[in-house]
Formats: sequence, structure tokens, C-alpha cells
Amino acid sequence: MAKKSIPILVSIFLLLFASLSHSTSEIFKDYIYQPGTLKSIDSKPRLKVGDKAPDFTLPSISGEKISLSQYRWKKNVVISFVPAAWTPVCSDQWPGYNLAKDIFDEHSAILLGITEDNIPTLYAWTKPMGDLWFPVLSDFWPHGQVAKKYGVLRSTGVSERALFIVDKKGIIRYIDVHDINKRPPLEDLVRELEKLRN
Amino acid sequence: MKKLSFLLFVFIAANFSILAFHVYAAKEPPAPPAEGSPLPVMKLPVPEKPEEKNYLGLKDEGTFTIPQIMAKVVIIEIFSMYCPYCQKEAPTVNELYNAIENNPDLRCKIKIIGIGAGNTPMEVDVFRKKYQIAFPLFPDVDYSIHKVCGEVRTPYFIGVKIDENSTNEVIYSKLGSIQDANQFLELIIKLSGLKKEGP
Repeated sequence: MAKKSIPILVSIFLLLFASLSHSTSEIFKDYIYQPGTLKSIDSKPRLKVGDKAPDFTLPSISGEKISLSQYRWKKNVVISFVPAAWTPVCSDQWPGYNLAKDIFDEHSAILLGITEDNIPTLYAWTKPMGDLWFPVLSDFWPHGQVAKKYGVLRSTGVSERALFIVDKKGIIRYIDVHDINKRPPLEDLVRELEKLRN
Repeated sequence: MKKLSFLLFVFIAANFSILAFHVYAAKEPPAPPAEGSPLPVMKLPVPEKPEEKNYLGLKDEGTFTIPQIMAKVVIIEIFSMYCPYCQKEAPTVNELYNAIENNPDLRCKIKIIGIGAGNTPMEVDVFRKKYQIAFPLFPDVDYSIHKVCGEVRTPYFIGVKIDENSTNEVIYSKLGSIQDANQFLELIIKLSGLKKEGP
């Protein structure tokens, strides 16, 4: 029995002492809410590589409605789910993708950024990030319907930090449901985009 | 007996966890480098690019620390490729670099490096290429340098004065934009005691 309890105690210990670093841009000053260390993944996969990507239509902060299917046969699509506006890692993820536009262009890819926040919140949060070249979409209502279809809706109503690559045929070519507390390295995304060229 | 041993085990483990947690919680987060104090030790890899190695005046391979840079003053920018503020600041820092490099008296005395907090080599490279940055940038993938610098927000600038006996002193340590490259350079010259010479 004592042996069985060791993993549980180790887990408790790690949860108590896990210290995950991240840097925060001064542009957000003290407006970033610190949720602490969260359970790394809190959803069950519904899709796998090779599946047809479920279509969706969502409102964007520009006022336009964006559908996944509008890019069919035109662009590869990177879908970036981030958990929530005004939180540490999320606030430092899309500005990097904004800088890396050339990489997306080189791979004939568009980025769709999705969170479960409403449009006004997303608008205010992304404003200091500068002019984002990609659509920022709200999966707020019906709450989390797209995240649910993609199997990345957490029990708390936010999404996982997840990346999906959908090719021009609408087929899922890459899934990374990442540890919510960490930012996925750009290297991984570029490596997978590179595979689409083959 | 087994049940008693188990309860004893859980009791000891729980007490240990609570005690350790209090020690952990009581530990103050590291402070940013203080002006007037020596810079915390930062070990960085000697750049592979010969021009960057020459710029820093480094000869050996492996790692180096800031006081080993052949300069009287080193300006360190803690940045992140993911930080919009750092992106906006990049042209100003380039302006600062050019102001130093175009001054024959200052170019051997003041050097700039950037440390990409939590950035991978590719992420640092994207930043370098986007803004055509000529001074060395170092990835800090595991945030180890970011941690010794007090887990500061970005961009954060540190000016370090290096003496001939390799002792050093932080002369500038501030969060946020340097605002104006020339005024910042004047400030660094003043704080370090460097005198402008030449024409």
C-alpha cells in the first residue's frame, strides 16, 4: 500500500514545487492574471492525424466571420488554440507568430488564432500586440463549440494550448496538444510545416 | 502492522511536504541586478560565428562570462522574440549599436548583447533576421539566465562596467524602453565614467 502511495505523494510534491518560468512583455504591464501552474492537459483527444478537419465558422475581432473551409485548396491552415486572454504564456505566443509571418508565407500557410473569450476581450487583449496579420477568432458562443469538436476544451471552459495543421485538402496533418503551462517551440511548428512541402 | 506503517509513512511524507512548502514559499523571488552591485554570474556559449566572437573579443571555445568580454562596458538586453515591446524596441537598439560602432573611440569600449528569455535558437534567429541585428543574441531556452536576472519583464536593460582586473559593477538596470538611443548612450558614458575622446 505504501508503495502504491509513492507516485501520489511524488505528484503532490511536484505540483507544490513545480516552478514554470515564463517571461512577460512589459507591454502588458501588470494586467496579466497569474493562474499558477495548471494541470498540463485536461481534455480527451477526439481527432487524430489523417482525419478530416471539422469545419467551423467563427466571428473575428475584425468583424468578419471566418470559416476553415474558405481556405480549402488555397492555404495550409495552422489553428492555434490558446487558453485565455490576459494570461501569461498566451500573451507571449501570438506576438511571436506575428513576427514569424515570413515562415507561414513560405509554407503557404495561414494562421487562425482561437480562444474561448468574447470579442471585446480579445480585441482589448490583442490591441497592444500590434497589427496581427492573422485572424483572431472567438469561440465564446455557443461556448467552446469548436474547441469541443477538436477535443481541446478543458473542464474549466478554456481550451488547451493546442496547434493543428490542416493541409489544403482539409486533412489534419499535425496535432500538438501542448502542456498548457508552456509555449510550444517554433522549431516544432516549422518542422511540421516543412513536411507539407513533400 | 502494515496499516500502521502506511499511516506513519504518509504522516512523515505530509510533514516533510508542508515543511518544504513553507521554506519554498518563504523564499523571495530573485531580485533584478542592482545598480552598484556586481552582475550575477551568467555563463553563455562562445558564439560560433567568427564575427560575433571577434566583436566580443573572445578567443576560446566553450562558455564565457560577461566580464570576459573585451570591453569597458557591456549592455545586456533581456528580450523575447514573443514580446511585442521588444519588437518595437529593436530598431532603437540597432540605432544604439550603430551609434557605438560608428564612433571609433567607443566601438572597442562598449559592446551589446541580447539574451532571449525562454527563446530557442530558431526563435532568436527569427528575431535577428527580422530586425537585421548585428550584435550577438543568445537563446536562453530554459530561462536560466532570466532567473538569475530576477525573472524580469521584457525588454530589460542592464549596463555593466568592467574593470581591468575583471571585477564588474552594474551601472544601469531598468525595465522598459531606452527611449532615445543617443541619450541612452550619453547616460551610459556618464554612468560608466567613460570619456568621449577624438574629434
